[in-house]
Amino acid sequence: MIYREAGQFKTSYRQDAAIFPILQDRIAIWFYLFVAFIVIPTFGSDFFINSMMIPFLIFAMASIGLNVLTGYTGQISLGTGAFMGVGAYACYKLTTYFPETNIIILVLLSGFFAAGIGMIFGLPSLRIKGFYLVVTTLAAQFFLEWCFIRVPWLYNYNASGAIEVPQREAFGLIVTGPSASPSVRYLVVLSIVVFLTWIVSNLIHGRIGRTWMMIRDMDIAAELIGVRPLYAKLSAFAVSSYVAGVAGAMLVFFWLGAAEVESFDVNHSFLILFMVIIGGLGSLVGSFLGAAFIWMLPIIIRAVPKMTGLDINASTVEQLNFMIIGALIIVFLIIEPHGLARLWAIAKQKLRIWPFPH
Amino acid sequence: MDLLYNIFIDPFAQMAATPDFLLQVLWEGFVTGTLYALIALGYVLIFKASGVFNFAQGIMVVFAALSLVGFYEAGVPAYLALIMALGVMGVMAIGVERLVLRHMVNQPEIILFMATIGLSYFLIGAGELIFGGETKSMITQELGLPTGSTVVDVAGGIVILQHIDVAAAVIAAILVAALAFFFSKTRIGRALRAVADDHQAALSVGISLNQIWAVVWFAAGIVALATGIMWGARSDVSFALQIVALKALPVLILGGFTSIPGAIIGGLIIGVGEKIFEVYWGGLLGGGVEGWFAYVIALIFLLFRPQGLFGEKIIERI
Repeated sequence: MIYREAGQFKTSYRQDAAIFPILQDRIAIWFYLFVAFIVIPTFGSDFFINSMMIPFLIFAMASIGLNVLTGYTGQISLGTGAFMGVGAYACYKLTTYFPETNIIILVLLSGFFAAGIGMIFGLPSLRIKGFYLVVTTLAAQFFLEWCFIRVPWLYNYNASGAIEVPQREAFGLIVTGPSASPSVRYLVVLSIVVFLTWIVSNLIHGRIGRTWMMIRDMDIAAELIGVRPLYAKLSAFAVSSYVAGVAGAMLVFFWLGAAEVESFDVNHSFLILFMVIIGGLGSLVGSFLGAAFIWMLPIIIRAVPKMTGLDINASTVEQLNFMIIGALIIVFLIIEPHGLARLWAIAKQKLRIWPFPH
Repeated sequence: MDLLYNIFIDPFAQMAATPDFLLQVLWEGFVTGTLYALIALGYVLIFKASGVFNFAQGIMVVFAALSLVGFYEAGVPAYLALIMALGVMGVMAIGVERLVLRHMVNQPEIILFMATIGLSYFLIGAGELIFGGETKSMITQELGLPTGSTVVDVAGGIVILQHIDVAAAVIAAILVAALAFFFSKTRIGRALRAVADDHQAALSVGISLNQIWAVVWFAAGIVALATGIMWGARSDVSFALQIVALKALPVLILGGFTSIPGAIIGGLIIGVGEKIFEVYWGGLLGGGVEGWFAYVIALIFLLFRPQGLFGEKIIERI
């Protein structure tokens, strides 16, 4: 009744090509941004912001990165964790050498290192396809993990082998380190995520994004009509790794505070692949939905026994958690293989014709 | 110059100087390779019959070994426990077919792959819930597997052969022979190959996909149990095995996804290759290269043969 496009006429090509062609959608986006930027930092508790919203945004960012590669270009990757690690270690080295530079700029710069490494490991994708490509990305994953342990230069020859985030200020506020307040970190992360999502969205809807999707749908046909696989695939690897790298840098600098190689292991690659698939391959909204689902679900499951007063010990909850997530993934894939994004689209469609369905 | 010497001359000089040590390394690599091959075999079985890349094979190995040890610890005699563990794998095969695969016919590969990741999460949780998260030792002696070792004199030195390793190699050989027989000579085996070739054609000549899938998952379960026993006898039964199972991926890639001999030879190449590289060249890089070297071998092979050593030739059409 409220959500429908009746009476909204497109009078220019610009309006026709808009990402949110319906006025209600545009209003909704501004509303979400208002909630994210104003309401949550004002009213959210530190726990909510620190252990739910910040990691959710960071993982959503990483999922967008993987979605560019897997969802839009059709190249399966299990190396996201390592590319995030490259971003994190690059940012750490950068801030060691340039302690005065604004940390936000360094975080954004560190993605370029990840992009470079990603392109190197993306080279085999020109010859190798499908599941075979998983091996190249796994090679990247394990090789980089090994580098994070065996190259002491990366963690400044620390005895612990971990990178610890120094205190850094930006715009007169402490944004990293233990004394940075959660809401400041949240706002920084949110701004970066919104900014990069906007960039990626424009890339996807532009010429580059179309060549990615052509490669995904049928690479040989795409090549025949003039898409260069070299540029298309490598640019996808570069953008994907850039976004993943920034997400990794944010993960360490704005959330964990200190990180070892375990923060970037293959399990994280899987986690992010889950988010992308549950959210929906080839959908930016899906990346956010998937990240929310996979990240929030364990927290909710952990909270259930406390709320209902059941006396279950922590390890049992953890195991049940695994079982429930596993079962839910299967159920989801059976019910809706196209992910939460499709459910979202169906819901919008239903809402559009409500209350008079055909 | 020094570096070049260390890379190209020194390792070979070492090999020539102590041939018995080289043999020992080769043997170790061979045994590891056999175990990789066994894990890879489980993947190949399922991939051949249903086109599903079964990520859960690694956790199936752990789960099979855990249920075997679990039954034994609950007071069941060892051989009965073995049969009961087989039963568990059978129930699981039917369960997977009924609850998961049946509903996912005609889905793209990646969705099926994801479903098996979901399955492996489920099995991790269930395994820890039922059997506890701590590592257990395999009941090697109770199952009548040999322990101890023999010292063999060769090439002016000695090579130590663990009996359990010999047993592992023999059991792997028997399993492969049995599977080859099963695939080529029995009715179900031929049905399996038909399903692997073309789902629809197989259905139209009256082969029941559901039954085939249950059979194939059960066969993979048997392989998983054998792998679990062997691997458990060498180290311990723990959930860490899961990461080892990822090593089967380069093995598969090397051998080709659909080839049983490929899985074996790929496993041996990876096993021997990574051991030799670790021992003779690993020191140059600071050690620990076993973690990624297998993937790099596979990568190099792939660049020259994108379909693996024995894989079917990829024909691309528009």
